Amino acid sequence: MKHSKIGLLYILPWLAGIIFLTLYPFVNALVISFTDYNLVRKPNFVGFGNYIDLFRNADFRSTLTATIKYTIFTVPLQLSFALFIAYILNFQLKGINFYRTAYYIPSLLGGNVAVAVLWRFLFQQDGFINRFIGIFGAAPIPWLSSPNGAMSVIVLLKVWQFGSSMLIFLAALKDVPQELYEAASVDGSSRLYSFFRITIPLITPTIFFNLVMQMVNAFQEFNGPYLVTGRGPLNATYLTSMYIYDNAFKFFNMGYASAASWLLFIIIMAVTAILFATQNKWVFYSDEGN
Amino acid sequence: MNGLSKLERRRRRKNIVSAVIRYGILTAVALVMIYPILWLVGATFKTNNEIFTTVNFIPKRIDFTPYIEGWKTRTQFTFTTFFLNTFQYVIPKILFCLISSTLVAYGFARFQFPFKKFFFSLLMATMFLPAVVTRIPLYLLWKNLGLLDTYVPLIAPTIFANEPFFVFMLIQFLRSIPTYLDEAATVDGCNSFEILIRILLPALKPAIVSCTIFQFIWSFNDFLGPLIYVTSLSKYPVALALKMSIDQSSGIVEWNQILAMSFLALLPALILFFAAQKYFVEGITSTGAKG
Repeated sequence: MKHSKIGLLYILPWLAGIIFLTLYPFVNALVISFTDYNLVRKPNFVGFGNYIDLFRNADFRSTLTATIKYTIFTVPLQLSFALFIAYILNFQLKGINFYRTAYYIPSLLGGNVAVAVLWRFLFQQDGFINRFIGIFGAAPIPWLSSPNGAMSVIVLLKVWQFGSSMLIFLAALKDVPQELYEAASVDGSSRLYSFFRITIPLITPTIFFNLVMQMVNAFQEFNGPYLVTGRGPLNATYLTSMYIYDNAFKFFNMGYASAASWLLFIIIMAVTAILFATQNKWVFYSDEGN
Repeated sequence: MNGLSKLERRRRRKNIVSAVIRYGILTAVALVMIYPILWLVGATFKTNNEIFTTVNFIPKRIDFTPYIEGWKTRTQFTFTTFFLNTFQYVIPKILFCLISSTLVAYGFARFQFPFKKFFFSLLMATMFLPAVVTRIPLYLLWKNLGLLDTYVPLIAPTIFANEPFFVFMLIQFLRSIPTYLDEAATVDGCNSFEILIRILLPALKPAIVSCTIFQFIWSFNDFLGPLIYVTSLSKYPVALALKMSIDQSSGIVEWNQILAMSFLALLPALILFFAAQKYFVEGITSTGAKG
């Protein structure tokens, strides 16, 4: 490795970006959050006014509840599903490539507006899903017109996109030494037992990584609810990121919206910190250290 | 046959049963995953009436009318404009992202410099930084520069290697290339930039292909960026045009046309994916991120 300041020159684009397009806006958002800036008036300092207003605002509180609910449902469902499928795929099966592809396609396309259009269409009252369950004699479910139905639709949309978490799990599972399983099976352990006693502990670093990543994403979810369900009945799917978007880019209450974005940021950081704090209780890093 | 012990036979039967169960689960899940998309493809050839009456994805007849009518839209523009608009920022984004990310990754992977550890941690930390916090000040920045309703706010950040995912992927890849080639080139009188271009770039090709594909699909799918920055209809990308088509509540919603255009919007990503499948899997598993 060359010791040379020239390395700094190569990372300069990133360094400039981090200062002007990340750190500066990051601090700037905090500054704006203490003002009543609305693009028209000259900004006035309002102290914690915006934050106090936010806590008093029932709409904002309800978006927080909806966001937390969304995260609590989505992340564990998506991750356990991804891990389960990755576990099955990890057996030496023929045709694994076909399945891997099939499972990855939804993640690939998930962000596209077209998928949101499709979901909105499939879950209509007289849509495909209700007609499908009708074949089995089930009564139509008011997916988009009931609060729980709407929440399920956007949760399902996200869980459907479990493909990239699955690929990450699959890579981790490949690294679990095969001898461990063989030793366990000689000892007469069941598959289930070795899954929970050998597989899970060895891939806890990957589970942790996926958990943090998906949690941070879920707290900021915008496209799914905005495009598929909108605010939903009784604001059931009105998530905080949509609330911030509305206040910033529809009503131009930049100060208020910045305060909301900082609050969301603090919540995400708090949850991340809690996850990191619990890390040494359940995440096992091997000593090899790669 | 008689040579097999009872135990051996039982073990074999057990293996067959568990293989059947595994394939059963995998196939059932794959069907659920893929059926919505198959159904979408089928629906684009159906009449509006047929869409709402059958669960079967195979259309009764192949009719391209929804495509032709959908492409025209109800506005003065056609999807030709919307697709061209999309490529106007997707292509520069890919180019800038490749150049900047490669340079930055090279810096991190091959040189020692002051505060390197700190900068690297910062790079990794930004992978987790919620983008929601910086969105408003960035909007104000582009507004003050008079660049709203242009593609600049979408393109410019890629000049600064703003996607840590790509930088990290390239760093990982560069680390796997042995340094003796660089050293030999140094002896031959190459400077560090020549080493990057002549020696490392050819070896980096798989990683660069991965970056290109990911950046293409993400930029093409991006909805929030254009939603915030692009306001005039003549500059709408496909994502906004589709959103607009489902919002038009006046008159009968021509679902078959909307679904036909939706399928076309998914097509570039699908084609790219099938053309370069292996790069995808490698890209995701090498860095373990995004999604």
